[in-house]
Amino acid sequence: MAEFSLPQNSKVQKGKTFNAPEGAKNVRKFHVYRWNEDDGKNPQMDTYEVDMDDCGPMVLDALIKIKNEIDPTLTFRRSCREGVCGSCAMNIDGTNTLACTKACDEVSSNEVAINPLPHMGVVKDLVVDMSHFYAQYASIEPWMKTKTPTPSGKERLQSREDREKLDGLYECILCACCSTSCPSYWWNSDKYLGPAMLLQSYRWLIDSRDEFTGERLDELQDPFRLYRCHTILNCTSACPKGLNPGEAIGEIKKMMLEREI
Amino acid sequence: MRTALGKVRGLGSAKSGVHHWWAQRLTAIALLPLMVWFVASMVSLVGADHRTVVEWIANPLTSALLVALVLAVFYHLRLGLQVVIEDYLHGGTRMVLLVFVNFASILLGLMAIIAVLKIAFGS
Repeated sequence: MAEFSLPQNSKVQKGKTFNAPEGAKNVRKFHVYRWNEDDGKNPQMDTYEVDMDDCGPMVLDALIKIKNEIDPTLTFRRSCREGVCGSCAMNIDGTNTLACTKACDEVSSNEVAINPLPHMGVVKDLVVDMSHFYAQYASIEPWMKTKTPTPSGKERLQSREDREKLDGLYECILCACCSTSCPSYWWNSDKYLGPAMLLQSYRWLIDSRDEFTGERLDELQDPFRLYRCHTILNCTSACPKGLNPGEAIGEIKKMMLEREI
Repeated sequence: MRTALGKVRGLGSAKSGVHHWWAQRLTAIALLPLMVWFVASMVSLVGADHRTVVEWIANPLTSALLVALVLAVFYHLRLGLQVVIEDYLHGGTRMVLLVFVNFASILLGLMAIIAVLKIAFGS
């Protein structure tokens, strides 16, 4: 049965509050999900009051400030801080996005709730276990596969038009914002590949240089791997890179039909 | 102890699913005009006496369209409920309910078709 309520040990409790320094005029509250395996306690929401006059504009800037100046135990992933690595994907103000490209001012209220990506196992605080997600990526064999041997000393040619078909696909940074926003992925991620992997699959299906389109479609044609997508389109609204996984999945379904009729 | 990739690859691809997807869309397309026709006919028959309604059903075009409607409704119902069950239920319950939905939709569909045919063949 799909779980609609949290198990007892996952119920989130109220946590500590770290007050803003005295004299701070522009204070914003960040409610951050905290959990670690070691203390045996339930998750809790800690509240950090941050002086925004002394902080960068993005949510990631605030998280880094909290970690550097207020509470060094706060744990999160980050790397590029400019939306190309996908490390800082998390749920901010109810939406999956990248903390580095989400401005604090975009959040409607003065209080910002920050949670880990939904329905993922938590390793610590905002860090989730991505191993299943990455294994799914490996399973779609995301590399060029051909029968024709590599032309010696030359690249594989592709027309300008065929190259343009990869636009809107190659930009995916595998941050998992889309997949973890998808209810179908929440309930059946053991078998359903999810929007990120299906967009990545389509990137290889539509590549004019790849010669294993049929085999790739064979692997995807499955009531769960592909067809668990019910066009909910949370994926497309979540994508922080503005890509459209929903459309890519629709194109795969059209390819499936094209070879049947 | 299974590797992450081993779990994902699992039992492999079922290599089916297009038919289910296509049939669900075909029945949906068929149901659009059939439902509009059916609802419009029901509205126009409001207040009609028993004989008028029976004569309407016995008309070969009406009987054919009614049987087509019943087939599309129950096939679509079976396909749709199967997806809902697969989405939300796992393990033994899933199997039990799938069997139930298959049997129930066939039985209800047959009952509706026989009812139409009985009137069509005038018994």
